[in-house]
Amino acid sequence: MATEESGLQIHPMDQFTVKPLFGDGPLMWYTPSNATLWMFFAVLSAVAFLVLGTRHRSVVPGRAQMAAEMAYLFVRNMVENVAGKDALKFFPYIMTVFIFIAMANILGLIPTSFTTTSHIAVTAVLALTVFISVTVIGFVKHGLGFLGLFWISSAPLPLRPVLAVIELMSYFVRPVSHSIRLAGNMMAGHAMIKVFAAFAGVLGLGAFVPIVAISAVYALELLVACIQAYVFTILTCVYLRDALHPSH
Amino acid sequence: MAIEGDITTMGQMIGAGLACTGMGGAAIGVGHVAGNYLSGALRNPSAAASQTAMLFIGIAFAEAFGIFSFLVALLLMFAL
Repeated sequence: MATEESGLQIHPMDQFTVKPLFGDGPLMWYTPSNATLWMFFAVLSAVAFLVLGTRHRSVVPGRAQMAAEMAYLFVRNMVENVAGKDALKFFPYIMTVFIFIAMANILGLIPTSFTTTSHIAVTAVLALTVFISVTVIGFVKHGLGFLGLFWISSAPLPLRPVLAVIELMSYFVRPVSHSIRLAGNMMAGHAMIKVFAAFAGVLGLGAFVPIVAISAVYALELLVACIQAYVFTILTCVYLRDALHPSH
Repeated sequence: MAIEGDITTMGQMIGAGLACTGMGGAAIGVGHVAGNYLSGALRNPSAAASQTAMLFIGIAFAEAFGIFSFLVALLLMFAL
């Protein structure tokens, strides 16, 4: 690609660069960057969606209130069904995570915007928060009995040490898969759209084929954005259930 | 086209490409979960709605191993 200047130039990963908002100074942890901006927009739209949506609190809900109530009940039922009734006191945090990820994913689909959740640094913090707090909750609630999570009493006795090692490994791999699943899905989808867009740029009149393809991929990405927020949340619930009821 | 770079870069890139074949396994796994869910749901549609959470959990766990291969590819390309 480097030798032909006029040919196909695809830079699908350029959209994930973190740039400072003002000037091109060095990127420190306090520098306002495009990641900060779009994270702020995600919080803003979450507030708009939930607070403004339920502002009137009418008995016959309008469209905005209906959507906000549906999102609330959706997550609440999920927490109750998957993690159990005693997990409901962690519902505010899980709802926050769900709405934030969903908003960040959907906002990232706006052309020329920045997908904050496509960065492993962002999702790793989200996943590590869940991982650490779930571990702490497990030990606080059950003490050393939490280790029963790794000692599967329904398995035959000679198998149990082997299974304990496997369970321990899978426990510590949880934040890795939890974070990279979200980041990877977001990154792959956006890179794919960008590659198709580059095809459209060089094809001239034949560009309608990749444009139709982009539209289809875009619809798929909207679905993926919601499903990945759902998957992240439901896995949080599953981990929480393991912490609250560690015995198999 | 001239070939640039050294043999280490070549090995990294080939390794990253090979690591991505693991995603095919994840694809088989996800398809297996979803297909079995669908066949179960068609046999007993009344029980289907209550099992969608299990469907997504199953898909997420099957997907995790594809993610590990993706991780290996990323590590080979950027971390070495």
